[in-house]
Amino acid sequence: MDSVLTSLKAIVGDTFASNEPEELYVYSRDLGTTEPYSPQYVVAPRTTEEVQDIVRLANREKIPLVPLGGGLTLAGLVMPLKGGIIVDMKRMDSVIEVNERARYAVIEAGVSQGKLVAYLHKHHPTLVHSEPGAPAQATVGGNIAIHGQGDLAQPYGFNSDMVNGLEVVLPTGEVCRVGSCSVSPHWFTMHPLPDLGLFLGWCGTTGIITRVSLKLYPAKRIRDSGQFVLEDANLVPDILYRISHTEMAGDLIAVNQELPVPVQGLHIISIFIAGDSEEEVEFKRRLIRLGILQEYIRRGDGGLIGLSAAVRPRLPRRPPISTIQDIKKGGGFEYVGAILPVDTYPECCRRGADISSRHNIAYTLLARVIGSSHAMMFSWSYVFNRADPETVRHAREALFESDELAIELGGIPWKPGVYGQKLILERMEPNTLRLMQQIKALLDPNGIMNPGNWEVSECPSQTTGTET
Amino acid sequence: MSLADYRYRDLIHRCFRCGYCKFPTSYLDVNNCPAYARYRLESYSTGGRLWLIRAWLNDEMEWTDHLAEIVFSCATCKNCTEQCPLPFSQDIVNMIVAARCEMVERGLMPAAVQQFLENVQRHGNPYGAPRSKRAEWFQGTDVEQYDGQEYLYYVGCVGSYDTRARETARTLAHVLKRGGVSFGVLGDRESCDGNDVAKLGEEGLFESLAEENIEQFKELGVTKVVTLSPHAYNAMRNDYPSLNGTFEVFHYTQLLNELIKKGTLDLSRGFDARVTYHDPCFLGRWNGEYEAPRAALRAVPGIELVEMERSRADTLCCGGGGGNFYTDFLGGSEDSPARIRIRQARDSGAQVVAVACPNCMTMLEDAAKAERLDESLSIRDVSEIVASALE
Repeated sequence: MDSVLTSLKAIVGDTFASNEPEELYVYSRDLGTTEPYSPQYVVAPRTTEEVQDIVRLANREKIPLVPLGGGLTLAGLVMPLKGGIIVDMKRMDSVIEVNERARYAVIEAGVSQGKLVAYLHKHHPTLVHSEPGAPAQATVGGNIAIHGQGDLAQPYGFNSDMVNGLEVVLPTGEVCRVGSCSVSPHWFTMHPLPDLGLFLGWCGTTGIITRVSLKLYPAKRIRDSGQFVLEDANLVPDILYRISHTEMAGDLIAVNQELPVPVQGLHIISIFIAGDSEEEVEFKRRLIRLGILQEYIRRGDGGLIGLSAAVRPRLPRRPPISTIQDIKKGGGFEYVGAILPVDTYPECCRRGADISSRHNIAYTLLARVIGSSHAMMFSWSYVFNRADPETVRHAREALFESDELAIELGGIPWKPGVYGQKLILERMEPNTLRLMQQIKALLDPNGIMNPGNWEVSECPSQTTGTET
Repeated sequence: MSLADYRYRDLIHRCFRCGYCKFPTSYLDVNNCPAYARYRLESYSTGGRLWLIRAWLNDEMEWTDHLAEIVFSCATCKNCTEQCPLPFSQDIVNMIVAARCEMVERGLMPAAVQQFLENVQRHGNPYGAPRSKRAEWFQGTDVEQYDGQEYLYYVGCVGSYDTRARETARTLAHVLKRGGVSFGVLGDRESCDGNDVAKLGEEGLFESLAEENIEQFKELGVTKVVTLSPHAYNAMRNDYPSLNGTFEVFHYTQLLNELIKKGTLDLSRGFDARVTYHDPCFLGRWNGEYEAPRAALRAVPGIELVEMERSRADTLCCGGGGGNFYTDFLGGSEDSPARIRIRQARDSGAQVVAVACPNCMTMLEDAAKAERLDESLSIRDVSEIVASALE
């Protein structure tokens, strides 16, 4: 038997390591438009120690490692671009600790979003975490490694802003803890060095996240939502700004899509609120409805559905299920998300619809407000038919154009694929790029961690006159 | 093999591999697909399996023993059907079975599957046991051959040959007698119902078995059939009618429930235990019958019926469906679905796991032994519990 496979099986057991063509086939394919890249091996560890052994083996053999969670990035971030070993983290799925009073959970990185939702609902019903709206098998570790966003984004930001601590297996095999857990038994804060910045967003290129402490938030007893519908995209940034000023919304999402036909051309702002009593919820409703939206309604700019005690939608507790990928009966969907100033919303919509039109894809545009309108995560989505290569090509080209548009508008592609990463690195301030190169070289001397992603070593090394 | 010839060629590429098929409705864990629970590699998930089938049909992949093992490891439990949010969910298992058909037609199947099918072809049962032994289970009892009685009691292969299941078959016959049910059996004239043959992809053999059974039933004047196994119930209820074999088919728990409701069975002796019920896939998810077995159990004085965290449409399959009780692609590990299931039963606080399927009985009894729970947790068929309660 192949010596690497023998070693992997010795680490995790026979069942959980393979180099059979069937496993290599399945793990060589992303759900989005990225072309396939085959790994040489697939391994599914159960413990941090097993991850360490795999990393040491990879260093000895100089073979790449690609950590994988739910495999749902869509952007090809967990593709073995340079071959190697896929490390499927989903067996590391224990909830280790929930501290109710300090409102955090310590979990293994492979815990699925669905499992954490269900676990909290069952054992700690007063607490929730920020659920990203991805399919339930998306893992928490994978999500925060690409920053993640979802519920509670309006008050609290990206999921990577909600991390209290990490356990990471470094590219050389040592276990490192970041946050209060590096000093104390309590995983309650990212301090003392919250700007260490070595792992979040690096997509596994600087280590394999094995444990996470995640901030939890109060689970309100009553949830409500309303939709403000308008035609003029130019009004949307102002409305979002003013609603976020009230600090009454849990989430704010603006959607503009071509299908179904009745909503074509409309901008639908979904406003989610929550509270523990009818009085609290009604107070929030009134503040948004009467304090903000009434003015627009009186002017005839738009209309409001919901946000009324009389119309109470049933909001599911569990993660929502998206079926967008089947619109073309083709099983394919991918999007570019970008972090952008909210003011760019009208331009994002207009140019996004143009891109969709050029590629004969119905436009689906969405903006989620991050923080107090500090930014939005704007997404341009493209469906394709997996059985029709021409639609896949069109979707891929539309995605590239969307990456370029995001950069042109001054935005930052979020969880960018290789193309978007390249655009970012090309524009990065030289000393920042050099810092990234130094960090990468220091942490991953053999260049084994998810190579091909954030490939700073391939960028020209340079410094500028600002260096002193 | 060509994708163009495949029955679901316009459907199979629509699986996105979102992974909902792995969960129960509650999302409490990612291991409600028996094959994925056992192997925890994407290739063994429903989505991975569908993508591999498409690759094979597209000539992107060669057939290998391993590919066949992945395709045949699906227990056809329909958890994926329950959980998939997309409009083709009802066809997911059909897509897998259709791929098995393509493999079987070309003689490309794992040795255990081939053995199963050959045994059924030659002997009318998957064990390769002589037909003459099929009637042994009721020797020494007052069970009669079918001769125009109201019901044909169809025992099936597991009930006829498996030592433990034979006990259940005899017990059910005893209960039916006590309930005054007029029934007879086919004895050594009985043949395989074909349910698992169909799920293993041998359509021709299934049709021949079904037609043989239908012809015999008609010749004997059978109008009502009561089955021991949900597998036989499924085939006779759902598949035989398209082959011109329409009978009134009952799973025995439905009949027992009716007898209890009518007061024909005196259960006053009771059964003092905390009992949990394990839903068999071919009774529950395949046929929507969740209530009759529970109603029968609730009617027994002394029983405290407790539910496992995953029950009804969220039940974790024992891993014995789709021929796996024989081919055993899912056994041999603490992650085997039967062992996970028996730990779930333990966690419910039950003392007894009630089953309504001879395959589940065997799978869960073996699992209880492997988990060293056989002294604290007994596996009893619903008919056995009812029999214990008979005055």
